[in-house]
Amino acid sequence: MKHMKDEELIAYREGVAEQRAVVAEHLAGCERCRAELERIEAVLAALDTLPVPDPGADYGRQVWKEIAPRLAEKPDRWWQLWFEPRRLAAVGGIVALIVAAFVAGRITKRGGTSDNVASKEQVRERVLVVAVGEHLGHSERMLIELSNEAPDNPKQKEVDISAEQRRAEDLLQENRLYRQTALQEGDAGLASVLDELERVLLDVAHSPGEVTPAQLEAIQKKIEARGILFKVRVVNKELQQRQEGTKPAPQNDSAKRERNKV
Amino acid sequence: MTRMQQSVDSTQAIAESDAVAVERTLAGDRDAYRVLVERHSHSVFRLAYRMTGNRHDAEEVVQEAFLRGYQKLGQFAARANFGTWVYRIAANYAIDRLRQRQKEEARRETSKAEDRDGMENDPVNRVQDEAPTPERLTQSLELRKQMEQALAALSEAERTAFVMRHWEGCGIEEIAGVLKSSSSAAKNTVFRAVQKLRHALEPFVETKAQARAMGTES
Repeated sequence: MKHMKDEELIAYREGVAEQRAVVAEHLAGCERCRAELERIEAVLAALDTLPVPDPGADYGRQVWKEIAPRLAEKPDRWWQLWFEPRRLAAVGGIVALIVAAFVAGRITKRGGTSDNVASKEQVRERVLVVAVGEHLGHSERMLIELSNEAPDNPKQKEVDISAEQRRAEDLLQENRLYRQTALQEGDAGLASVLDELERVLLDVAHSPGEVTPAQLEAIQKKIEARGILFKVRVVNKELQQRQEGTKPAPQNDSAKRERNKV
Repeated sequence: MTRMQQSVDSTQAIAESDAVAVERTLAGDRDAYRVLVERHSHSVFRLAYRMTGNRHDAEEVVQEAFLRGYQKLGQFAARANFGTWVYRIAANYAIDRLRQRQKEEARRETSKAEDRDGMENDPVNRVQDEAPTPERLTQSLELRKQMEQALAALSEAERTAFVMRHWEGCGIEEIAGVLKSSSSAAKNTVFRAVQKLRHALEPFVETKAQARAMGTES
């Protein structure tokens, strides 16, 4: 008889088993798996006896008393969050690019009105290409630097990655904006790479400013395991080609599909 | 009306009145936020205590979660559940606290290790460092200590996943959201946590079968 794996029994016990009925049926007829489940349950039941102190009936009031003096008069509405200094900088960058692209478009494209719709599309595309390309370049440089970080000597207990961490925080804000824009533009491939980049940036931004060599290695392994540097390079190269005009703009979806494969 | 139906109705009523309180807070009524704080503080404290393992850190997590909740209230989607949302903020902050604590402990351990150099060969110190005897472990206080140690030995992601799933009954999607991972990765983290806890605690825990054999089952 094929017995249940540990994972299956734990999933069953914790209520996340995909085939609950199958496990239940097996357990009904298998003493060995029942005993195994009982051992898991005994450990979990013991853990359930760990007490949680009662903070007291007026705990909510205490919390309010502590935090009330630190609250602003009014919380920010969602649109006000766009005016945070960091976001403002990112938004400012995008606006500057849009203006630049618009002006460039006015100067270089003085063609007939029939081309207006197409050129507007191209300008928008170009803006995204330039801005995202720059963002990917910055992200790549930061990740390369982080990947190359190492303790100066074997006895060093901590490595300072605070500079990379701060850059990751800034890049994170921009990355969110570009990902949302890419999604709105229907560029799923680009949005997907930006989504993966966002996870890596989040990891770095949430790391302590000084890490032990083991923690640094774990971060570097994570970057390597996701292959994010490779993906960023591929997408960035494609964007550069688009920008230089060596590759036709994606009037069809073949380029996007190609990138999606990456 | 069944008890289950009453419970569903009361949860819905709380969610609806939470939504009203959120709207009033956003409109500038700061006291409306007080209602939310007083209503959800206990459950957030329970989560925070289980994640951090000590009261001081748990209280800090609760305060920070509500502070951040207030600051980010504009981002809160009106259709969402405020309790779940603030829970998520608390879990994220608790992860940060755990990371910070691990870092501080690693630093302390290194300096302790340096202090121990030269003392290692002292037989008296060796006796003091030995693991507790089985007799001592049968005592509940010792078992509690073992359990706290086993929980502390989990990575922050494992501890978060275990606390949220096992004790707080959160869904895998919700856990994945806090861990910023996929659902299958979150599920694996729960498995890993339970396996590690089992490995660490099984020698000290009596199963029902053993209790039956010894006639100590209640």
